[in-house]
Amino acid sequence: MPLRNLEGKAAGSLDFARDDGAWMMESLDQIKSRIEAAVPGAKIEIVANGSPSQQDSLLIDNEHAVATARFLRVDPALRLDFCSNVTGVDWLDRVVKKTIKVKTVVEGVEKEVDQTTEEEIPGYLEAVYHLYSMTHKHGPVIIRMRTADRAECARLPSLTPVWRSAEFQEREIYDLYGIHFDGHPDLRRILMWDEFEDHPMRKDYVQPDDFEWEPTPHDDVLARAKHHYPPRPQMDGAEGIVEPLKR
Amino acid sequence: MDATVQTIEAMERPPVTMASRLEGELLEVSMGPQHPSTHGVFRMNVALEGEIVRKLKPVFGYLHRNHEQIGEHTSYLGSMPYTDRLDYFCSMSNNWAYALSVEKLAGIEVPERAEYLRVILAELTRLQNHASLLGFLLSDMGAWGTPLMYAFREREKILDLFESLAGSRMMCDYMRFGGCRLDASDEWLARAKQIVDRFPEFLDEFEELILGNEIVIGRTQNVGKLSAELAISAGITGPMLRASGVNYDVRKVDAYGFYPRFKFRIPLGNHGDTYDRLMMRALEMRESVGILKQAFAQIQPGPIVNPKVKVRAFRPPAGEAYGRIEAPKGELGFYLISDGGPNPYRYRVRPPSFINLTVLEDLCLGHTVADVMVILGSVDIVMGEVDR
Repeated sequence: MPLRNLEGKAAGSLDFARDDGAWMMESLDQIKSRIEAAVPGAKIEIVANGSPSQQDSLLIDNEHAVATARFLRVDPALRLDFCSNVTGVDWLDRVVKKTIKVKTVVEGVEKEVDQTTEEEIPGYLEAVYHLYSMTHKHGPVIIRMRTADRAECARLPSLTPVWRSAEFQEREIYDLYGIHFDGHPDLRRILMWDEFEDHPMRKDYVQPDDFEWEPTPHDDVLARAKHHYPPRPQMDGAEGIVEPLKR
Repeated sequence: MDATVQTIEAMERPPVTMASRLEGELLEVSMGPQHPSTHGVFRMNVALEGEIVRKLKPVFGYLHRNHEQIGEHTSYLGSMPYTDRLDYFCSMSNNWAYALSVEKLAGIEVPERAEYLRVILAELTRLQNHASLLGFLLSDMGAWGTPLMYAFREREKILDLFESLAGSRMMCDYMRFGGCRLDASDEWLARAKQIVDRFPEFLDEFEELILGNEIVIGRTQNVGKLSAELAISAGITGPMLRASGVNYDVRKVDAYGFYPRFKFRIPLGNHGDTYDRLMMRALEMRESVGILKQAFAQIQPGPIVNPKVKVRAFRPPAGEAYGRIEAPKGELGFYLISDGGPNPYRYRVRPPSFINLTVLEDLCLGHTVADVMVILGSVDIVMGEVDR
């Protein structure tokens, strides 16, 4: 291919962008109902966010996740072509206490009584995708998927076939959280080494008892050193000719 | 609907093998992690046919210290100095991205002067990052030392400014939630203005020396072309995206900080090759100079930190927030989940240079080994951020 000539050096050879304002985006409710119309059987739930950021998200079901993602990317009004951030979250088993005011009749008088119910929510892993549109310059639409449990090979469908930018980020989730993405073209560990076995970003991860050799261990390090390196055995009987000092 | 999607995807995806080792009649070479032009400890497994790259697998993690987990075990403010170490060229931008996310999470307003200081410091950071990137890129192409030292001379002036303001050249730890840590004196602003006013002289000289250079043009034009479709799908951001002709700059799109108050243009490339990526940096520096001049003219005295923000026992309400800025390398975002406690429940960094490496294999296929170094240099990576 011929090289471009030098005439318009510096600024001349490139264009400058026009300022085209951002499009207004539909509300999450509208997006939800449109997904449900376009993807038959899709179950979408809006996850409210209590923070002042007001970034609510859509919880999509795993079975229809790829079809939903395709719709979000291709739909002309949304065109969420840019998947910016993909990340995992680990939620442990938790107990949610709810207090409801119940009207009961106590000794013939109607009273409002606080009734506390405890609900056990089993833990799960979550993958969160932040989607923007480069075409319409709007966003974010946040979608999340949840695994059934926190098992070793919890599974989720991969969205890499829809957005290539998820490729490395889903590998990172697989590496650090242990979510297995079905349909990912190249699912390997990315930050930890291949032989590493655990998933360090899980909330119940325990660091291995690694010990680096130290020439002069003392205090806590000495205690750990003794644990890791048992004293050298007597080889030929020549050791131990000096009796230890009696204190 | 589905038919069009499939054709797009078939076009985008390079042949990928499941195995981490490369196979076949090719010569497998491990480039890095100690290779001088891998900008740190980055490794690529390259399969070569003669000198031509047929496959390329990046290998990460040599600098991995699980920054995100450390962030979950530290208070919100405790992570601020640690964000400096992500992209250690651009600590001010990292501070800003993190502060912006926490401000979204907790609903904090920032006083006017602090916003101006943030813009000034972020644009100074962009100047020194782009200048040194061009120097490094020339170094990778064999212009050993001289262009890099020209760029570092300018960078050093800006780092001196950072030092006199924040106390540290590179690890500035300058921003706070709801403002900045220290106020800039009038003398500091005058000195900064002087340096910025002189900056175009350096740009003229540098562009004269490198951008019209025959060898630079021969080495970079039509090398490592990135199409706009692939760039969007792969989540490429920053100058690399705009070199492919996609008009997307978070400063314009999100209009965060006081950027809507400044007039500036977004340069766009026509070809998406390495030369356009190089030009993009030169042109963005000129726009940054323009923003800085307007900011120096507009900045007024005033408070620099929101007094309502608690320094101790800072606990944002339960919820989540994703905040992002246009860092010199691309879109830098922080995703935070709060459970109402003093530490974030989830602390996630969206590292631009890590995600920009997604297309490294696509860019390098069919080019020579020597071109790989140039293409990698034009991606602009810092391993502190890639490996986290």
